[in-house]
Amino acid sequence: MTLIEWMPFSVLIPLIAAPVCALLPGRVLPWTLTFVSVLASAVICALVLPMAVGEGPLSYAFGNWPPPVGIEYRVDAVNALLALLISAIATIILPWARVSVNDEVPDRQGPFYALFLLAMSGLMGITLTGDVFNVFVFLEISSLSTYALIAHGKNRAALLASFRYLIMGTLGATFYLIGVGFLYIQTGTLNMVDLAERLPALADDRAIRTAFGFIIVGMGLKLALFPLHRWLPGAYSNAPSMVTVFLAATATKVAVYVLLRLVFSVFGVEFALAMPFEEIFFTLGAVGIFFASLSAIKQTSLKRMLAYSSVSQIGYIALAISLISTAGLSAGLVHIFNHALMKGALFMCVGAIVYRIGSDRFADLGGLAKQMPLTMLAFVLAGLSMIGVPLTAGFISKWALISAAIEAGNGYAVGIVLIGSLMAVIYIWRVVEIAYLQPAPDNADMSRRREVGLSMLIPLWILIAANFYFGIDTRLTLDIATRGAEVLMGMTP
Amino acid sequence: MSGGVLIGLILGTPLIGAVLISLCGRWPNVRETVTLTTAISLFVLVSQMIGPIAAGETLRLSLAEPIPGLEIAFQLEPLGMVFAMLASGLWIVTSVYAIGYMRSNNEPYQTSFFAFFAIAICGAMGVAMAGNLLTLFIFYEVLTLSTWPLVTHNRNEAAKQGGRVYLGILLATSIGLLLPAIIWTYSITGTLDFTPGGILELDSISPLAATLLLTMFVLGVGKAAVMPMHRWLPAAMVAPTPVSALLHAVAVVKAGVFTITKVVIYIFGLDFLATLPLEKFLVYLAGFTVIAASLVALRQVEIKRMLAYSTVSQLSYIVLAALVLAPFAEIGAAIHIVAHAFGKITLFFCAGAIYIAAKKTRVDQLHGIAWRMPFTMVAFTIGAVSMIGVPPTAGFVSKWYIVAGAFQVDNFFVLAVLAISTGLNAAYFLPIVFRAFFQAETVPPAKDHGEAPWPMAAALTLTAALTILFFFFNGPVVDFEKGILEVAS
Repeated sequence: MTLIEWMPFSVLIPLIAAPVCALLPGRVLPWTLTFVSVLASAVICALVLPMAVGEGPLSYAFGNWPPPVGIEYRVDAVNALLALLISAIATIILPWARVSVNDEVPDRQGPFYALFLLAMSGLMGITLTGDVFNVFVFLEISSLSTYALIAHGKNRAALLASFRYLIMGTLGATFYLIGVGFLYIQTGTLNMVDLAERLPALADDRAIRTAFGFIIVGMGLKLALFPLHRWLPGAYSNAPSMVTVFLAATATKVAVYVLLRLVFSVFGVEFALAMPFEEIFFTLGAVGIFFASLSAIKQTSLKRMLAYSSVSQIGYIALAISLISTAGLSAGLVHIFNHALMKGALFMCVGAIVYRIGSDRFADLGGLAKQMPLTMLAFVLAGLSMIGVPLTAGFISKWALISAAIEAGNGYAVGIVLIGSLMAVIYIWRVVEIAYLQPAPDNADMSRRREVGLSMLIPLWILIAANFYFGIDTRLTLDIATRGAEVLMGMTP
Repeated sequence: MSGGVLIGLILGTPLIGAVLISLCGRWPNVRETVTLTTAISLFVLVSQMIGPIAAGETLRLSLAEPIPGLEIAFQLEPLGMVFAMLASGLWIVTSVYAIGYMRSNNEPYQTSFFAFFAIAICGAMGVAMAGNLLTLFIFYEVLTLSTWPLVTHNRNEAAKQGGRVYLGILLATSIGLLLPAIIWTYSITGTLDFTPGGILELDSISPLAATLLLTMFVLGVGKAAVMPMHRWLPAAMVAPTPVSALLHAVAVVKAGVFTITKVVIYIFGLDFLATLPLEKFLVYLAGFTVIAASLVALRQVEIKRMLAYSTVSQLSYIVLAALVLAPFAEIGAAIHIVAHAFGKITLFFCAGAIYIAAKKTRVDQLHGIAWRMPFTMVAFTIGAVSMIGVPPTAGFVSKWYIVAGAFQVDNFFVLAVLAISTGLNAAYFLPIVFRAFFQAETVPPAKDHGEAPWPMAAALTLTAALTILFFFFNGPVVDFEKGILEVAS
């Protein structure tokens, strides 16, 4: 088998492993199977990436039905990078998650890990497929399993959060499906490449424009674009820690990817320019950065604060996309990658804290730097990346984004990005101040307040190291993102 | 030893020192030995660069290329050389002083204090040796972040408040103004290397935009404390005195004015700046800061806060001198970095010594204290005289060159500012000296006391001696700084 024939297995392995995993008893077996299949998926993605970047789009026809009749998997610089990100993050999370899951989901871990595998393979499928209906199928696979995963949270609020997400997520998916339906009626195809060829002739068609609108709103819901973000803080803060880490690092990113792919590769830049796409994304992005950061500042618990911070980071990506330039898209893609690294690390810290002291409220965090020095130091470093301090991945994102905005002559974009960074200083540093300068609360159970074990610390610090590595060596991120942006802008085949 | 290796060692030494210091926390004597050894080795390493730089060699080290076309690179030039010598040399003295201070005051968290101190010095070295604006910015932020734990050292409410203002203003200015200014410059010129003669030209940027850019730089470098970005400096005075002395009178603030001077000389270039219509506005702003900060200092009762405002004022001397755009004034700016450092560190050392020996922190408590602490108060007097700019002290030398520069371009505004400021400096320093020497003690101290512990007294005597010696033996530094003008023109 050649590499290109292995590529679909990055989706299929977790998908096939999921039902098996659901049947496995105990705690060790489900975890092992999950880890092995996720790792295998990551290895395949790592092998495919250089080829996809070097040789351009790799195409694989499912069941040997040639596209556009059959389903096509199509991999280029953009989705190869994203697929690697998803599978690599999943691989890093799993060793970290073991103790945390034992704590939060003590029973029936087989089905829990099976759901995780389904969610992961769904995200991988959305990323790799070249068929707009297939995107919907995988979207539902990942969404449905995610609802169930969130409902596994310890608090009863998790059920409500899951239900809210279910309603909003289903709305989003339905909107998307309606859009796809319109496209199919007008063009008679679901294959992305095929659509891209047929759509320019129909650019003035009302049904196509409506389809565009439906797809944007549908995906806007899934990616939690302000003001469609209301489901996110509840979902992130009530889900089991492992699920939060995974979702924060990957789920919304995949929705952003679908949006990018459809808007730029399928509808095309000209179509997007003819629609008020630019204005809407710029406004929502800018307003989102500001208000979500403001909400983050107002929170009194870590998970909710970071959740709002995620909403504001999506604002950055929306802002970058709204510039409709190679530099802008490249900045957006880099930030998708880098934000996964920093938010993943931050939520891992929070997961470790919750695992130890059973709370993420600020009032309980006093003096924690003394009892959990390595976790809190990791929080500070990931927080610096979030703020965009030089030598971190976050700095590269900020640099790319500001350069793109200056290049586009958009001074407002520069301003709002900088304001967002400064607001990040406030909400990150507030936590640092509490953990380092405040004494422990009087009612704290000191016996529980100690550093977590190596199984949690090592994955966490791998992500921290990645935050710094990708702040110094940007060949993997910035170069591939630029190449991906060129692909999306239609500059290279 | 090749230039690159040397630069690497200079950056690595304080970092390794910081790691060792944190590992030796349990044995204070070993830990302090590590601090002193690191400081001395660093000074020796830095002084190894004098020869090659004076001979006109290029020392260069390139570490990585985080953004295509932009490297993390270091390259030495005379201005940075002097800054590096200054910071590393005074680190030795300050370490001796700090050991005396921290121990006799029974300060908590001493290990993290010395460790972060070493990291801050690494930041200062990086700023001094940076070969382009990106590298400078990186270490500028290292310096900001590594000094936050030092400012909040006491971990009480006042320290927290001070820390917030400190970090808030420094990060807001650097992220909000300096970073976009750097990216803007890069988007125009495609390079950020410090280039003799500057990298900006009239055909690439309009005069108005260039003025805006310069303003972003001057205000964005919050460490230079040009008003209205100066509030962090008084806020930083909640830190233990050794921090105020070395970091907030020398390393951090000098990193600020150093950055501005570098930007003026190597990014804009003097000739280009001279063509800008509104550049005068910044001269007025710096002049205003000189006077206004002196006026505020006049009203302070806390010794350290008074010294902080005096620093704000003195820093703007340097900004002002750099922006006069006359060759002599640029030399004056470079020399004032050194001259002010000797004088101000002495004054802070004295303030700390008075606090440790007599537990006094206010200027109105110092009646007759000179007779109990003669060394301290003589040193204080020397520092004060240097601030005023009277011979035979270091402050006179730099003022001489700045005045000469102002005459070169007939800038009478600057001359007036210098004259008024001299008067104001005298007005807030001399009463203290008078009170300490010639007025009788009003209330006898609760506990009879003499000088502060010997490491502190020795340190402040040494820096006071340096303040005077610099008046007589400034030739090498001045000659060295003339090198800037040679490359600049």
